Amino acid sequence: MALLEVKNLSVYYGVIQALKGISFHVDKGEIVALIGANGAGKTTTLHTISGLLRPKTGEILYHDKDITKVPGAQIVRLGMAQVPEGRRVFADLTVEQNLRLGAFTRKDPDRTAATLENIYKRFPRLKERVRQPAGTLSGGEQQMLAMGRALMSEPDIILMDEPSMGLSPILVNEVFDIIKAVHEDGTTVLLVEQNARKALSIADRAYVLETGTITMEGKASDLLNDESIRKAYLGE
Amino acid sequence: MSFLTSLVNGLSLGSIYAIIALGYTMVYGIAKMLNFAHGDFIMVGGYIIFTCVSTAGLPPAAGILLAIVLCTLLGIGTEKVAYKPLRHAKSNLAVLITAIGVSYLLENLALLIFGADTKSFTNVVTWPGITLFGGQLRIQGVTIVTILVSLAILIVLQLFINHTKNGQAMLAVAQDQGAATLMGIDVNKTISLTFAIGSGLAAIAGALLCSAYPSLTPYTGAMPGIKAFVAAVLGGIGSIPGAMIGGLVLGIVEILSKTYISSQLSDAIVFGILVVVLLVKPTGLLGKVTQEKV
Repeated sequence: MALLEVKNLSVYYGVIQALKGISFHVDKGEIVALIGANGAGKTTTLHTISGLLRPKTGEILYHDKDITKVPGAQIVRLGMAQVPEGRRVFADLTVEQNLRLGAFTRKDPDRTAATLENIYKRFPRLKERVRQPAGTLSGGEQQMLAMGRALMSEPDIILMDEPSMGLSPILVNEVFDIIKAVHEDGTTVLLVEQNARKALSIADRAYVLETGTITMEGKASDLLNDESIRKAYLGE
Repeated sequence: MSFLTSLVNGLSLGSIYAIIALGYTMVYGIAKMLNFAHGDFIMVGGYIIFTCVSTAGLPPAAGILLAIVLCTLLGIGTEKVAYKPLRHAKSNLAVLITAIGVSYLLENLALLIFGADTKSFTNVVTWPGITLFGGQLRIQGVTIVTILVSLAILIVLQLFINHTKNGQAMLAVAQDQGAATLMGIDVNKTISLTFAIGSGLAAIAGALLCSAYPSLTPYTGAMPGIKAFVAAVLGGIGSIPGAMIGGLVLGIVEILSKTYISSQLSDAIVFGILVVVLLVKPTGLLGKVTQEKV
């Protein structure tokens, strides 16, 4: 059963159409990758699901409920969190303040404290820097912080936008190991990536987005061996 | 002793500028707009207290409380009606010009309701003054209260911002509205809250200003409003401690120039400071250089 279903979604920036009626779904417990080149509409897709952008046409169903018109600030309350492109941590706030903002919608302080401890266990580097302003962290640490912040709401599904962007190969591996671990703990993942090889290596299924249209879809392992994908996205 | 007297008076006037500057700086930091009508909320607060105390004969405390509540509501209402529809306008100038329009609207409404004549404001601070150094330094009660109130406001505001969820939400919205929304923070509500706090503070500034300088006209808030804006820029617009320091520096400079240089020139000196600061350190004393990240 689909946890998240996008139907015929069209999004415009002014007169420019960024998404041309795309449809896809994410089942509970899956890792689904959305791959494509720069400007294909990947970030637009995630922003629209998270309620930061409004579609012109189409529907977004979550737990079979229409969330197309739900205000952005309400989305996280439904159990959906996003790790945005470029991390977008609150640079002037400390690591701990950033993480606590991730739990902004949660009422029970004891449970928030317990989640915070779990996040520190998963990201020991963040624990060493609790009182440090987020802006002083390295790119890799900021990515960890952005992921930790999203996990603070204990989401059912996490949307990740280019988590490997601008990171060294070692850190990219570390980030993907964390995504796998988060998934093994029972969180569904929708992963947007330009690093197609990495994304396809951990995903169950994938969709290829090209200038606002989904051109291919299938099992990640099949796409990894597909001739045209290898040429266009894997540099072979 | 005249130097000490001037210094204390400067601190007191500076405290009032600081309270007004806090409203300017918070609204700028969070809603990203310069609310040029902010100074006129001081005048509105002043007239509400005047009406309650001098006309209706209510106790001063009731008048001040009512002024704070009504200014807070007026601030929220103004943002909703006049500023919010322009938040995503193509040019930032739209909302700036609207704020100037709101300023004229408030001043002319006051002119219509209360007339152009100067009202003599009853001092609502009835604390006794103190005398130090064998009678050489006399400090008025209102001066002491003004300094204490602004100190209390700064402490409470810092505690609110650093230790409450709504305070943290304000900082988050100030830095990145999109990321704040992803956290579940309602940006509109947070901006409303900011206007509420700023306008409530303006009412308090109105009570203190009119008690220290007891003449009230529809233009009472205009000049202190502009000077508080200078104070906010001086301290680094968007920074709360900066607004406080900027306000105090400005108040002290103004009074000292009046005492030692020339009372006609004091405003020129105050605005001269703005020019110098913008030339030397455009981000203000505590302002940060913001870098656009790619």
